[in-house]
Amino acid sequence: MTTMFTPDHEWINIEDHEAAVVGITLHAQEALGDVVFVDLPAVGKTLKKGEVAGVVESVKAAADLYMPVTGEVVEVNEALRADPSLANSDPMGNGWFFKVHVTDMAEFDQLMDPPGYDALLKTL
Amino acid sequence: MSADLLKTPLHALHLELGARMVPFAGYDMPVNYPGGIIAEHKQCRESAALFDVSHMGQVRLVGDDAARALETLVPVDVLGLAVGQQRYALFTDASGGILDDLMVTRREADLLLVVNAGCKDADIRHLVTHIGHRCQVVPLPERALLALQGPRAAEALAHLNPAVSKLVFMTGGAFKLAGADCYVTRSGYTGEDGFEISVPAEAAVALARALINLPEVKPAGLGARDTLRLEAGLCLYGHDIDTRTSPVQAGLTWAIQKVRRPGGERAGHYPGAAAIEGQLAHGVTHKRVGLMALERVPVREGSKLVDAKGHKLGTVTSGTIAPTINQPIAMAYLSAEHAIAKHEVYAEVRGQQVPMRVTPMPFVPHRYFRG
Repeated sequence: MTTMFTPDHEWINIEDHEAAVVGITLHAQEALGDVVFVDLPAVGKTLKKGEVAGVVESVKAAADLYMPVTGEVVEVNEALRADPSLANSDPMGNGWFFKVHVTDMAEFDQLMDPPGYDALLKTL
Repeated sequence: MSADLLKTPLHALHLELGARMVPFAGYDMPVNYPGGIIAEHKQCRESAALFDVSHMGQVRLVGDDAARALETLVPVDVLGLAVGQQRYALFTDASGGILDDLMVTRREADLLLVVNAGCKDADIRHLVTHIGHRCQVVPLPERALLALQGPRAAEALAHLNPAVSKLVFMTGGAFKLAGADCYVTRSGYTGEDGFEISVPAEAAVALARALINLPEVKPAGLGARDTLRLEAGLCLYGHDIDTRTSPVQAGLTWAIQKVRRPGGERAGHYPGAAAIEGQLAHGVTHKRVGLMALERVPVREGSKLVDAKGHKLGTVTSGTIAPTINQPIAMAYLSAEHAIAKHEVYAEVRGQQVPMRVTPMPFVPHRYFRG
């Protein structure tokens, strides 16, 4: 499995573990509504799993973005910063938030796989 | 949905239209439809949008003494209203704070009040307690309220009854719409031309369907209603005004007509008159202002405002990124010496200081139809 999910409705794709891609899920962007602002972490910063990595704001609400795993932020999505609506139109693709260098694969393995996340969504 | 939430007569229609529902003032209300808040906001600025505002309170005051009695609770000229004329009003408390803001329309046989959903029970008790012996206070839970707003609202509503076109801003009249006996005022909460339509609950769905089937009209939820009113510089009760703010601090002195001010024929004699007259004469320490951020960072309700040295100057009471101008805007209370157009202050957002500039409101010009 290369894409896993968090209870905070984020996804992480680890095809390249030196630059695993993090974004918010389809459900998250639906719940937020029109995204108008993102605050992205500084490149080069190392954050622990669960730490606040940024902020995503819609017209109505602001939500924290959490680090899904421990690691160094190696790239942020400048296209998303310029056009936050990408988080709505393509949350699993061009609307990604940042890339992280994953060092502890065990943390990744503890996240939810797609069936696990689907099961979580059914409880909401 | 929580079982104890109230439903408006349009509740099933909202679900059918795919609305995202949220609890608001005890009601299960649509925050937006599938198009989203920004699209609904633009629909209202560019064409026409239909809002369900049936959660708001509609109350009749009946009796020859009703207008004079109501003047004991509001610093507003009610007696001077001609039949069919509407006016913005405020219930004040003994210290001059604002209990609620409302619309008053004088009709042939009564005064029609529209009050905020979150305040309506308290407002009705307030009316019954203080003026219930002078007029009948008649709540109208059997009526729904629809707001049709936007530059094409008049054209749209004229398809149902061309006679509505004769109304101008802040006037009202009785009209048949989709077979129902409605009371329509040319007013609203978006800064656009538009109408608020009081309709019998059982006829509300048919009227709403007739309106959203028109090419000019699409439904819009409370999310867009909030961004529209903020761009229009209009206060939201419980946020921009409440019992801790007076009409003078809130910049709503225009709502206190000359006849109710010192020297006027019916000056004072409303709750908090002494405090409000003192503020009119001597000024206030804090004032409501509009702010526009100089960086594209949303500044939300509750954000602290400081000067360059970090000293507190005030607090943000409403804020968003304005969909029409794509800039962060806010309303705030600022200490009076800083509440000057073009003055710059800083909002604290997540430990950072976002520069903001005091900006005259409305942020987007009003486009009311005054004939």
